Parts: sequence; C-alpha cells; structure tokens
Amino acid sequence: MTAISVARPRTRRRLAASPGAWLVWGAVTFFFVMLAGVIGSVVVSSFGSHWFDTWLPQGWTTQWYRQAWQEFTLFDVLVVTVEVSLLVVGISVLVGVPASYVLARRSFPGRRLLYLLFLLPILMPPITYGIPLATVLYKYGFAGNMSGVVMANLVPSVPFVILTMTPFIEQVDPAIERAARMCGARTWQVFLRILAPLLIPGILAASILVLVRTVGMFELTFLTAGPDSQTLVVALYYTMSAAGIRAQQSIDAMAVVYTSMMLILLVVALRFVNPTQLVARVKEEPE
Amino acid sequence: MTPDRPAWRHRLAERGIDRQLLLLLPALLAVLLLFIYPFGYGLGLSFQPDHGGVLGAYRDFFTDAYQRDTIGTTLRLSLPAALLNVMASVPIAYRMRGRFRGKRTLTIVLVVPITLGTVLTAEGLLNFLGPTGWFNRTLMAAGLTDTPLRLTNNYWGVFLSLVITGFPFAFLLILSYLSGIDPTLERAAATLGAGWWPRFHRITLPLLAPGLATTFCLTFVLAFSVFPSAVLVGDPAGATRVISIAAYHAAYETYDYPLASAIAVVMGAVELAVVAAVLGLRSLFYTGSTGGKG
Repeated sequence: MTAISVARPRTRRRLAASPGAWLVWGAVTFFFVMLAGVIGSVVVSSFGSHWFDTWLPQGWTTQWYRQAWQEFTLFDVLVVTVEVSLLVVGISVLVGVPASYVLARRSFPGRRLLYLLFLLPILMPPITYGIPLATVLYKYGFAGNMSGVVMANLVPSVPFVILTMTPFIEQVDPAIERAARMCGARTWQVFLRILAPLLIPGILAASILVLVRTVGMFELTFLTAGPDSQTLVVALYYTMSAAGIRAQQSIDAMAVVYTSMMLILLVVALRFVNPTQLVARVKEEPE
Repeated sequence: MTPDRPAWRHRLAERGIDRQLLLLLPALLAVLLLFIYPFGYGLGLSFQPDHGGVLGAYRDFFTDAYQRDTIGTTLRLSLPAALLNVMASVPIAYRMRGRFRGKRTLTIVLVVPITLGTVLTAEGLLNFLGPTGWFNRTLMAAGLTDTPLRLTNNYWGVFLSLVITGFPFAFLLILSYLSGIDPTLERAAATLGAGWWPRFHRITLPLLAPGLATTFCLTFVLAFSVFPSAVLVGDPAGATRVISIAAYHAAYETYDYPLASAIAVVMGAVELAVVAAVLGLRSLFYTGSTGGKG
C-alpha cells in the first residue's frame, strides 16, 4: 500500500527520472519498507500462536488480546489514559488560549521574555525537568496518583497550546472585536460570543495535538505515575522491561491496541490540521 | 443610559487593557509553579549533597567515568541521528514541495511513526530486526550475509529507533518551511538561466537556513532525551547508557536526589549549549522574510 502511494507521483513526472530522483524515491521507499516491517511484525506477532524461527507464525489466534485484556487490566489502564488526557486537554486549553490571545494581540514590556519562558518547557528534554518536578510533586503528595500525572503533563501542554493557537488568533480580524466592543460587549462577552466561535477550528487542532502528545508522553507520566495512574504507554513499558514474565505476543497485542488508539486519534487530527502548514501558512498555488 | 455611563465604560475600557493582561496569569502561574519552581528546587537540591560540600554531586558525576561518559554516549547517539534526519529530509522535501497526487496520503503515512512513540517503535524493532526477524531473514535469503546481523540491543537499535521517530518529524517541519518559500523567486532565477544547483544553493538554501536550524534543534531535543528506546532496544548498561538513564538511576534506584538533580542540570546545560551553538551559527546567515509567509 505504501509502495503504491510512493510510486504514483513518479509516473506523473518524466518517465526517465534523473538519478537524484531515483535516489530520493529509493530512500523514501526504504524508509516505508522499514516502517511497514516494524509495524507489521508487531501486528503479525500479536495474532500468532507460536512464532519462532519461521517467516510467519504457525497458527493464528486472538487469545493474546483476551489475555492482555484480563492480565494487564487493560480496561482500567485505558480508562486512566482517557481520563488523564481529557483533563490535560481541558485544562491546557482553558489556561493556554487566553494567554495565547494576549501574546498574539498585545505588545507590552517583557513580552519577549514571556515568550521565551513559554518556549523553554518545549525546548527542554522532559527528563531534565521531570525529575525535579517529580521530586517536588512527591514532596507535596501529588505524585503517585492522577493529579500528579495531570500536573506534570500540563508543563509541555500549556506552552504547546499557546504556540499552536497563535497563528489562529492572528487570523481573526481585530476589527470584529472592536466592532463588538463598540456595541458594548465586555471582555468575556467578546471571548465567548465572538472569539470562541471563530477560534473553534484552532482550539480543536490544539486539543487534538495535545491529546496525541499526552497519550504518547512517556517520560513525565513514567516519573510521576503510581500503580493506579499508569497510562497505556507506561504500562506497556513496564510489561516490556519485565520481559520473560509475560509472553512476547501478549505485549505485542497491547502494543497493537496502543497503535490503533493512536491511529484513530491521528486520523481525527488530520481532518483538522494540515501537517505541512504547521510552521508557515502556505500559499496554495493554482497550477 | 445615564449620562455618566460612557465615561464609566471608557474608564473600564482603559482599565480593561490592564485587566486583559490578567488573562496571562493562569498560564504564567502554571509555568512558574510546575516548571520554574521545580527546576529551581532541583538546582538548589543539586548543591546540597550528603557529602563533598556544595559541588559534591557535580564532582561525583564528573569524576566517575561511568557517569561522565554518558554525556559522550548521548551526544554520539543524538547528534548523528538529528543530523541524518535533517540531511535526509532536505532533498526529499525539496522534491516534494510542489503539488502532486497522493501528497496527503504520503504525509499521513509519514506522521504515523511520530504517533507510534518510542516504546512501540522499540517493540517493533526488536521483532523486525532481531536475529530471527524479517530483516535478517531477507538478508540471509538473498545471500547477502550468512549470520544474522546484530542490530538490536546495541547502538544501532537505538540509532534506528531515533531515525524512525525523528525523520518524519524533521521532514514535515522542513517541508513546511520549504512550502513557505515563495516559488516565484526560484522561477525568476530559472528565467535568468540558473541551473538547479545554483537555484538550490544560492536561493533556496539561504532562505531555508533558519528553518534548518530550528528543525535541527527540535530533532536534536527529541533525540537527546532518548530514554525508553535506549533501555529497550539498546544496551542500557554499556553502549547506550545515555544521560537520562543515569539521571533515572540516581533518582529512582539509588534515591540520591542531589545527584539526580545535578545530572538533570548537566543534561539541560549540555542540551542548551548545543541549541545555542546551532542558533548562533544560524544568526550568521540571512534572517528575514522568506516571501511566502502570510
């Protein structure tokens, strides 16, 4: 499937493509083959009954999914994952959007410094601030339960919402807000009745990106989670690093559940966000 | 409508300007309480070790070769991986910046590895590249090698995992920067008789340089904080004992919080030094509009 999507554009170019083109498409194809191998071997393994020194498993079964569901308490883990992600998304949007509005629209002393402050948590590796943060959270009794996990995940999420929302806010014509103010709207009314409806695409995009990041965030959750507050990716890590106790295929089944969850999120996300326009607004060429 | 209403409203509007800045407060509080304060706390903790005075934890880290070498190990993994991801992305993105059928499918497929995360990539790599995995099977069936290549539980496993998760990220960013460069500039150069290499080298590359620097920094940060894959597909006791593993060990296995904080501080400092060096290099090049940003 991937090979077809790669080959298609080439047929629209000159048939005798230059060596450079062959090299580029070759590299892309190689990458996709590797990727398909990595994902495919996990999926095949999760459905195989025995798979040792052969190309394909000897038999097919779904027992590993049943086993993962029962032994890993997969349902509870999924519930925790959903709860944590929704809380993080909700709080970071509520906190981040107003701040992003002020940063995008207003100029005030210290604005650049503030921007840098909001940029830092994204630029630093999560482990560097995760370890001191976990220490502080343990000190005040937040870590080891869900509140600590949510708080730790807010650190990169709030700046992320601020940065993602800025171009969306810049697109809204300030004249509309001024008109609303002329008609007597207060700040909160401007926000709720003018800006919020106009910003819904941006808010959705930011929420979904934060959701994907939170579900996939390993380090921060790993450092702050207790036994009852593990998200799927952390539970997966624990079962993998305790290899030998669990059947390999059972771990693969869990990994497939994780991948499908991420893929669904991704497909939803791409309905709202064009990944090639994350940095610059692209002028689509009519050609 | 009382006569003094407009004045009141006017005063409110003027005060509203001040009040609007209050909208920043929740975000500022979140970053200060959850990022700056813990960081400062960790910094303070790193200067209060059980023994060895103020700099004891740092001395412990830098005099113990097992700990000190983690910096080199991390840089040896993350710099080549980030460089390869950026270098490979440029020609591919350059070729794909136009519009063609299937571009959307291609970008969707490329986003997949970003969402896989390092844990799943590690699991997949163990299956796929392992001694009895499909990759080694294909090599042996094609007669390219007699014994399986050892690609997991060493440097290469971690390196490949960094490429698989990092390359799509770098590619999408660079594609996005390239699409932001006004295509008419290059067409003008073509009209004046420039071939593809002068066009790329003299026009696109200088305009792309800031984007390249940013992409390199972000990819480097991703690669530098490698943790799960270094444990799962790497050799966490030897060749891929990266600095985040050292920090984690100190905090959660020996419960030496001052040392763990010191390692975290060193890690942040090394990372910011590389980022600052790259951004410093970038400021030597053209900075300004790329013509396509709206």
